[in-house]
Order: sequence, then structure tokens, then C-alpha cells
Amino acid sequence: MNLTDVPVPDLVPLPVLLPLLGAALALAFRRSPRLQRIVSLAALAAVVVVAGILVWQTDAQGPQVLWLGAWQEPLGISLVADRLSALMLLVSAIVTLLVLVFAIGQGQADSDDETESETPLTIFHPTYLVLAAGVSNAFLAGDLFNLFVGFEILLFSSYVLITLGGAAARIHAGTTYVVVSLLSSALFLVGIAAVYAATGTVNLAQLAIRIGDLSPGVALVLQLSLLTAFAIKAAVFPMSAWLPDSYPTAPAPVTAVFAGLLTKVGVYAIIRTQTLLFPDSPLQGLLMWAALLTMVIGILGAVSQSGLKRILSFTLVSHIGYMIFGIALATPQGTAGAIFYVAHHITIQTALFLITGLVERLGGTTSLDRLGGLAVASPVLATLFFVSAMNLSGIPPLSGFLAKVGLLDAGIAVGTPLAWLLVVGGIVTSLLTLYALAKVWSQAFWRTLADAPRSTETAAALQDGTLDVEPASDPATAVLVDTSPRALPRTMLGATAAMTLVGLLLTVVAGPLYAYTQRAAGDLARRQPYITSVLPVEVRR
Amino acid sequence: MTTLAPALIEPTLQPNMTLVLVTVGLVAAGTALALDRSLVRVLLGMVLIGNGIAVLYLVISGRAGRAPFVGEDPAAISDPLPQAMVLTAIVISLATIGFLLALSYRLWQISGTDDVPDDAEDARIQRPALEDQTSSTYDPSEASTTTSDELAHGDGSP
Repeated sequence: MNLTDVPVPDLVPLPVLLPLLGAALALAFRRSPRLQRIVSLAALAAVVVVAGILVWQTDAQGPQVLWLGAWQEPLGISLVADRLSALMLLVSAIVTLLVLVFAIGQGQADSDDETESETPLTIFHPTYLVLAAGVSNAFLAGDLFNLFVGFEILLFSSYVLITLGGAAARIHAGTTYVVVSLLSSALFLVGIAAVYAATGTVNLAQLAIRIGDLSPGVALVLQLSLLTAFAIKAAVFPMSAWLPDSYPTAPAPVTAVFAGLLTKVGVYAIIRTQTLLFPDSPLQGLLMWAALLTMVIGILGAVSQSGLKRILSFTLVSHIGYMIFGIALATPQGTAGAIFYVAHHITIQTALFLITGLVERLGGTTSLDRLGGLAVASPVLATLFFVSAMNLSGIPPLSGFLAKVGLLDAGIAVGTPLAWLLVVGGIVTSLLTLYALAKVWSQAFWRTLADAPRSTETAAALQDGTLDVEPASDPATAVLVDTSPRALPRTMLGATAAMTLVGLLLTVVAGPLYAYTQRAAGDLARRQPYITSVLPVEVRR
Repeated sequence: MTTLAPALIEPTLQPNMTLVLVTVGLVAAGTALALDRSLVRVLLGMVLIGNGIAVLYLVISGRAGRAPFVGEDPAAISDPLPQAMVLTAIVISLATIGFLLALSYRLWQISGTDDVPDDAEDARIQRPALEDQTSSTYDPSEASTTTSDELAHGDGSP
């Protein structure tokens, strides 16, 4: 059968339905971890396939729309997949699948050595699948309220995942996270109420038409309230302080998927509303300042940290600034750069957090004061970290470099003094990222453990049997043994390597991918492809 | 109803001032509570803010009318869409508050207090100051409850 014969709108709800169905089955099979694993893997693998087809179909045939519930349009709820949504879906599906493989590896490895498992399967699998469904729903939502519901689904799963196990540190981190998320949801609800009061609809395509008729003052209020709600979720400065406090304490796979996806859903919402609803935004200057401050302050935070997870959390905040930079330029070139950056950053940030999970397994800690000699202990892990770190900081010819060049190019094309300031800020941030990650490399991987300032504590811990360091009477001579029994589980290492390879693959396919993001940005700038494919002719006004 | 904006039906839609004032009162009280150090008060603040927003949706649904059943005169019924939306929002906030309640109970179980812990960065800045000399505004009776596995001196790794 020819692929084009498949009635495509039927595929649109699958990225939401498949994980939800999988979650239900995973709950039903809670007594059989093996079946749970199969169900979860199958559901997420199917989403990858569906998302891949959607990318191809939206590129070939334009946006795919499905009105749910058979209400007369435009009364029902619409799911819309355009080029931007489809690409986000594909990248997020690949990431969730690989992180699940990593989590399964971790669960198996932990249950072998009888320590308390970091990812209890019975809770972890259904929650994780619901998270995936929420992310897909947010990407596919055709109206503001469904976007809100998507956010709530993914947030609620994330509340459960971030407090998994209920240990003290996670409860503390989870408290901050839940309260901040609740506040942003409240702001989002107020924004939706204001939008509905002003226009009488929450459908994005209808809003695109009607917001243009509003007085500029009212439109500005709507834009500001939505932007604030999304900026909290995307961790844009000054609403970013919650992120480095909450992410690092979660289990490694959870931190990885949060870092990769959750903030990017906020960025996606900003891209969608800015381009579709507020094309002639008076807030570009404000967004540019927010982007600059997010980049610079975030990376200065990373430079000052001494824990690997916190360094990465701060670089995550900092690099959100690049995406906001691209959105703030409000040119198709800038938007294309931002979309490419999102795809690049999801994969690379997830890869780095997975690597951190392995570092913690190998070295027993992620504190740089107490790590050393990892390059000897696991050359493979060191290679993965090195490649990913260079990719994130933007060393040619990796995708991080290409993404940054695209954005800087767009900034130079705009050419205002503020845009030039952002270009300089972007270059400085890139260099400081390199500095922060090079510090991690030289301390955790390159030096010997004996050179670490607090290696004595590591040595003390090894005598309790918590670390795989050769017991030595003189702690200064303690060295990591690479034939330790805690050698890295193959599944975890494999998933991490695959994640890094996806990051490298983005470099290989950068040409076609950049062309794709440029077409997506072109659609967003013209707005008509989205509006005409969602709304029937008679309600387009 | 999505096609008929309340503002379009009645260009001079006057919001119900009583409901607006109730919204303002609830959200203001909720914000005051949410700024407190105790997690239970934060939680109560969130409940009040959520309820205030629920009332806000009554404001935006325009003039009160008959129940929106099929067969009623469309001009006489109240707008059903905000009701559908606020119902969803109420259910979500109910579940979230329930989760937060469990979280604060767990926090109390672990630390014997339900105070929201200090910010990790603050604690980091505070620590060298403590080892050197305390600032004039420092109150030693307010002990830090921060435990970040990468910042604490003890081994916080699992």
C-alpha cells in the first residue's frame, strides 16, 4: 500500500492516545515488570513512527487537522499538526524513547544489587507515559485551553516523577517546583479568561484573525499575560530561579527528560503564540532583553557552580536564551534558527544529563570537588561527555555550532543595536559554556582522583563500600579501578551513546533539517497555511 | 457559542462588579498567604487563588442566563464554554492541591516542620559568611533547612 493512501488526519491524535493507552496497560500489568517494559517501549516506539510519518506528511501536504467529538466546526477541540508541531513531536518522541531505555537499564541494574531502585517500575512507567502524552498534547493543541490541559497533564506527571521515592531532598525540591508550576498555571488561566473575554474564542486559528481587530492596549495585555505564563514554564530570566533548585535532585532519567522536554514545551508555546497571535509584537525589545539576561546570567550561574548537575541546569537556563533570541528577532530566519536550536538543544541536553547519571554511578557523586580520573575509569563515557560538551558549547562542525551560526546570522541580518548586543551576548555565552564544560572535563575526567580537593571524603566513602575505589590506607594514593564490579550497565551506556549519536546525526542532516525549519518558519510567518487548514471557509472571518 | 463573543453580542458588556471584587479579594488574600514561609499556608493561598480564578470565569461568561440545554432559546442561555473550561480547571486544581497536601505532610514527617526550605543559592552564599563573620542582619535563630546533595558537606548521594 502506498503511504499516501493512509488517511492522515487519523494519525494526528495517536501521539496522545498511544502513550495514554500504554499508561493504562502499564498500570494493569503492574505486577509484571517485564510486560510493563514491553508495553511502554512499544507505545513510545509507535509514537516515534507516527511522528516520523507526520513530519513527512505535513511537509508534503501541509498542516493536518482533526476536529474531535464531531461538533460542528469550530465548536469542538482541534488537534493540529503543522511542520513545527510535527518536528517537535518527532524529536520529543525519540528522546522519551531513549530515556525510557536508559531508565529500564537503571531499574534492572539497581534491582540486581538490592539497593532501593531509583525508578520503581510500578509508578514510573505509567507516569512516564502520561508525561509523554501530555507533551504530545501540548504540541498538537489547536486551542489555548487544550494547550493548558496538555501542560497540566505533563506537569502533574512531572510532580510525581520529581518526588519519586519521597526522600527529603526530592520533597524539598518538589515543593518549590509544584508551587511555581501552580502559580504559572494560575497565570495561564487568567490569560485564557482575558483572551476569551476579549475575543469570544480560544481556538488559535480564530484568535489569529480576531486579535488583529482588538485595540492595541487590550492585545498587549493578552500577550503579556500569556507570555509571562509561558516564560515561567520555559525558565526565562527572571522567572528561571526555580529550575536549578528543583531539577538536579530527581533521578537521572527523570532529570534528563525534564531538561530536554519540559522547558521546550514552554518555548514551543511562546513560538506558537508569538507568531500566530501577535505577529506585530510591540514586545520584541522586551523579549530581546529577556533573552540576553537569560543567556548571560544563566551561564554565569553555571560558571560559579561546583556540582555537575547544577552546572548543566544553569547551562539549560542559559541556552533557553538563544531560543528566545531567535523568537524575539521576529523574522522567518530568526524563527527558523530558534526551531533548529530547540531540536538541537533537546537532544544534547538530554544526552548530557544521561551522561551525568552515569558519572554519578561511576564516581558515586556529581560534586566536582570529589570527582577525578573518570577518563581512565571509563574511556567510553569520557568520549561521550567530550563530544556532547563540545556540541553544546558550539564547536564546529557540530550541530550546536550550526544552530548558533543560524541565530547569529539572523541577528546580524536584523542589524539593530540591540540585535548586535544579543549577537555579542550569544558569542560570550557560547565561550563561557565552553569554559564551564571544560572545567568539568579537566576536573572530573582528566585529573587523577588524588588531585581532587575533597578526595579524602571519596576515599572514606570507598571504605564503607559505597564507592569503587581501591581501599588504601593513604587516601591520597586512592585511584579508581576500571575493573570495578560497578561497571556501567550496558543498557544505560547504550541508551546514552544512542542519545549522543542522535545529537551527532543532527549535524549530518543539518542541511535538510535547516531547510525544513526554514519552511516551518515561513509557514509561521505567513500564518495563512495554519488558519486556512484549521477553519472551514465560512468561519474564517 | 465560540463564534459569538460576549463583547460582540453586547459591545458595552459591563462586568459584574460583585464578582470582580470577590475575585480580587480571593486572589489578594491568596497571594498574601502564598508568600508565607509555612507550606500549609502557601497551599491555602493556592486554593484561594484557584477559587478566585474560578470566579473570574463567571465574570467573563457575561450576563447570567438560563441553563444552557439543547432546545433553549440561544439568546436566553448563559455562555456554556467558560463553565466547561472552569470545571476542567477546578478538577485539575483539586488534584494538584491534594498532591501538595500529601507533599507537605511528607515534608513534616521528614523534617518536623512544614517550612519551605531555604534557597540553595542563598545557603551557598550564606555559608562562607557564617564561617567568617556574620552580617548585622543575620539572625542565627533562623536555621537553614536546605539539603542539596551537591552543596551539603555530608554525602547526599543516594
